[in-house]
Amino acid sequence: MSARDVHGPAPPWAEGFRVVGRAQRKIDGLAKATGAALYTDDLVLPGMLHAKILRSTQAHARIRAIDASAALALPGVHAVVTGRDMPIRYGVIPWTPDENALALDKVRFVGDEVAAVAAVDEDTANAALKLIRVDYEPLRAFLDPEEALATPEPQIHEQTPEQKAKEPRGNVSKHVRLEFGEVDAALAASDVVVEGDYEFHGTTHTPIEPHCALAQFGADGVLTVWSSTQITHYVQKALARVLGLPEARVRVIQPCLGGAFGGKSDPFALEFVVAKLAMLTGRPVKCLWTREEVFYAHRGRHPMKMRYRTGAKRDGALTAVDARILIDGGSYSSFGLVTTYYSGQLLTGPYHFPTYRFDSTRVFTNKPPCGPKRGHGSVQPRFAFEVQLDEVAEKLGLDPLELRRRNFQGEHVKTVNGQRVTSNGFLQCLEAVERASRWKERRGKLGRGRGLGLAGSMYISGTNYPVYPNPMPQAGVQLKLDRSGLVTVFTGGNDIGQGSNTIARTIVAEELGLDPADVRVVAADTDLCPVDLGAYSSRVTFMVGNALIDACRKARAKLVTALAENWKVAPERIAFALGRAFDRADPARTLDMRAVLQLAEARFDTLGETGAYNTPQLGGDYRGGTIGASPAYSFTAHVVEVAVDEETGRITVENCWIAHDCGRALNPMLVAGQIEGSAYMGIAEALLEDHGVNHLGLHRGPSLLDYRIPTALDTPELHALIVESLDPEGPYGAKEAGEGPLHPSIPAISNAVFDAVGVRLRRLPFTPARVLAELRAARTAPRGARAAVLSAGGGEAC
Amino acid sequence: MRVLELEVNGDRVEVAAPAHWSLLEVLRYRLGLTGSKQGCDKGDCGACTVLLEGQPVLACLTLAALCPGKRVTTIEGLMPAHLRAGGTGPDPVQAAFDRCGALQCGFCQPGMMLSARALLDANPHPTRAEIRAALAGNLCRCTGYTQILQAVELCVAEAAGGEPAAPAWAPGQNPWKAPCGNGDGRT
Repeated sequence: MSARDVHGPAPPWAEGFRVVGRAQRKIDGLAKATGAALYTDDLVLPGMLHAKILRSTQAHARIRAIDASAALALPGVHAVVTGRDMPIRYGVIPWTPDENALALDKVRFVGDEVAAVAAVDEDTANAALKLIRVDYEPLRAFLDPEEALATPEPQIHEQTPEQKAKEPRGNVSKHVRLEFGEVDAALAASDVVVEGDYEFHGTTHTPIEPHCALAQFGADGVLTVWSSTQITHYVQKALARVLGLPEARVRVIQPCLGGAFGGKSDPFALEFVVAKLAMLTGRPVKCLWTREEVFYAHRGRHPMKMRYRTGAKRDGALTAVDARILIDGGSYSSFGLVTTYYSGQLLTGPYHFPTYRFDSTRVFTNKPPCGPKRGHGSVQPRFAFEVQLDEVAEKLGLDPLELRRRNFQGEHVKTVNGQRVTSNGFLQCLEAVERASRWKERRGKLGRGRGLGLAGSMYISGTNYPVYPNPMPQAGVQLKLDRSGLVTVFTGGNDIGQGSNTIARTIVAEELGLDPADVRVVAADTDLCPVDLGAYSSRVTFMVGNALIDACRKARAKLVTALAENWKVAPERIAFALGRAFDRADPARTLDMRAVLQLAEARFDTLGETGAYNTPQLGGDYRGGTIGASPAYSFTAHVVEVAVDEETGRITVENCWIAHDCGRALNPMLVAGQIEGSAYMGIAEALLEDHGVNHLGLHRGPSLLDYRIPTALDTPELHALIVESLDPEGPYGAKEAGEGPLHPSIPAISNAVFDAVGVRLRRLPFTPARVLAELRAARTAPRGARAAVLSAGGGEAC
Repeated sequence: MRVLELEVNGDRVEVAAPAHWSLLEVLRYRLGLTGSKQGCDKGDCGACTVLLEGQPVLACLTLAALCPGKRVTTIEGLMPAHLRAGGTGPDPVQAAFDRCGALQCGFCQPGMMLSARALLDANPHPTRAEIRAALAGNLCRCTGYTQILQAVELCVAEAAGGEPAAPAWAPGQNPWKAPCGNGDGRT
């Protein structure tokens, strides 16, 4: 790490912040409000063809033959491609390239992509798909992860005989076992041990914008792809690899993006398909997925079956955590290697526990592939662990909030798995939700059927593990400053709606003392912008922000020098704020920033600067120790208030108080939007959403009617509370806000239901049927028998 | 193919389109009015909501051929109508959505804002429960709806010359009052 990467939490000017910390409107707010913002499907090129993709009807099958002759003969059809046209494998993680743009020899789930057609319009392309004949040889399909784990053949991803002889892996995608300290001894020495099984179902992102891509292949051999992606840089690399083009001949542009949440952070079949079809036909080609196809593309939250054991001393001090996790990966690797590590690595805060073991196994199944959804890999373990913490508190007769307070790990500590935690505002988060929910007066006292529940969490602000290891910066930016008074930011960072372009404007306006309106942002175009790795793992504000401060400090030095020379004063006397320069010793002396830019352009020639950020060396000294290592961690606490209808089993969340430590709120309105959106999404996963397939492997309901995302009527009152711990390395002290606040929603509801009606919900989703079953079990089980059942199955009698 | 006459955002237009096309297809692919979004194409998400004779309808489920001569307002029509009526800048609903941070990805919001516009035209003083009900046909995946509700309530409060309720993250304040950013950053 170079010193330039750390700028400290202080404002750039002694006079304090002028732009940071205010509810600035978004840079693209009015364009979106008036319908002027252009999303990928809004783009039309002359002579554009439309592509459609044929999908597998089989859950697991070998492809014997594909006959596309009738499709090709249909008037209006320009080209048909199959896996043979793009046989090179890829994967977002370079160690696990197990995907083909279109199936090469096998299909691995119902909905897997098999062939694609380019035609004059969508109707013709759809008609052509019906004429393609695929001869399948069905194979045994695995829909249950336990069965896939126990059955090595047939392999969903086949190994060569040599690979199999060396290291047969059956249907295991990834296995990680890590132990820190003597877990068994610590459990044996504990005063209480709680053991239980927890189950997280699958959920998916459902951005309202379906995936879309548009390609143009120029006669000069340059391929341009506009795509609804959150990772332009990785898509550029993947397109170059699969299509056999130099990376410098591939341009990827992300237009305005209609939501992603991790669901657009893999390269997808449609991007390769439109590119290849454009190359074959010499025409621009667009492909817009239907809503149904978005459900097949998935890459959503992995289902997990989790067994946890937690030990504690009588005073509540945690002694050990032991986790065993089976992860249902679906049909491809995607980010699965990272998911498997994250399922264990991200649990080690905000609480201190001296010993920890996790054993996580990801298996392939013949279902839509899982991947990273908001809170990647750590939402499921957090659910299990935070429910188990309440069980520990119950056993010890402690207030669950007090138990968490007693186990707070502190600031500037090393976690049990060797991660460096810097700022940590978790205690303030606990205090904020305690106060706002009136926890002390109300918990346990709301009467039967109503309850309060609590949970906490931590999450990363980016990771020091770029998906392909390299010594280059993770985030690069460029500034153009000119005599018009305009400063343009060029950043490869992907604004996916979270507002990263607005944050870029905020930082530049603050640093250079500009009116925010005089800063514009060009983003996510690989031809125009320096490399940034993209919008994932909550890295953009932290990393792009630091890179921008780096660039601005260089530019500022020139502006200050030019003005100080012109005014013939010491540079220390110069200050810039909100579009004006002034002399600290003579406040009446001011100058418009446009004039300052002109002085600097005359003094230094054409103005431009670059800035970069890379993480420091982080992580534990063991294999996988850098996965989950982040330059800063965010912390969250939730209290939810629920009402449980014991006749119908329906849970209603009435209020959710969310306190989130984001380091510093560069724009509190945007931070609040991230907090509220995260909590909403977590509550939805707990109560409504369920992404699954039926016994044939067919998606249970690939529509927004069947996959029930909450409406305005289903969403509770969300109270966003901002905690600022001022991180020493974040831009002005900022950390992430977009993913962390999702985690506690789910366990907090389970814990609130326990407060309301005395049953522990350990399996998701918390449907009325499941609540009724738990209530019935609690009523009918004789006291002794129930205790025995529970000690076998885990948990405590109520 | 069928020739259809519509009144779109105040203009009489004639378009030729296949007989089975939806109003959304005609707006997006014939008239280039891409502000109306397609999120599901089957009436589940509400992103395609437009006003037909002032009433919110799902353009993806509305057969264009059944709208001859009808008055259609899309998101692109709101600001021009506001200007024609003597206002300045965008429609107050659009401005409030922007000021309150309600536009994250923005994809659902054209439909959402038109539903909000229709609500306020019919009921200038809705309660929070009435706002939730009026917007329940428009799915948003980013915001958790909070900032959307705040935006509609800001419109209601300002139209009545009052103050909106403070958000949890700025207790006792009206953080949307002082105009900031986008050209008026001098606070």
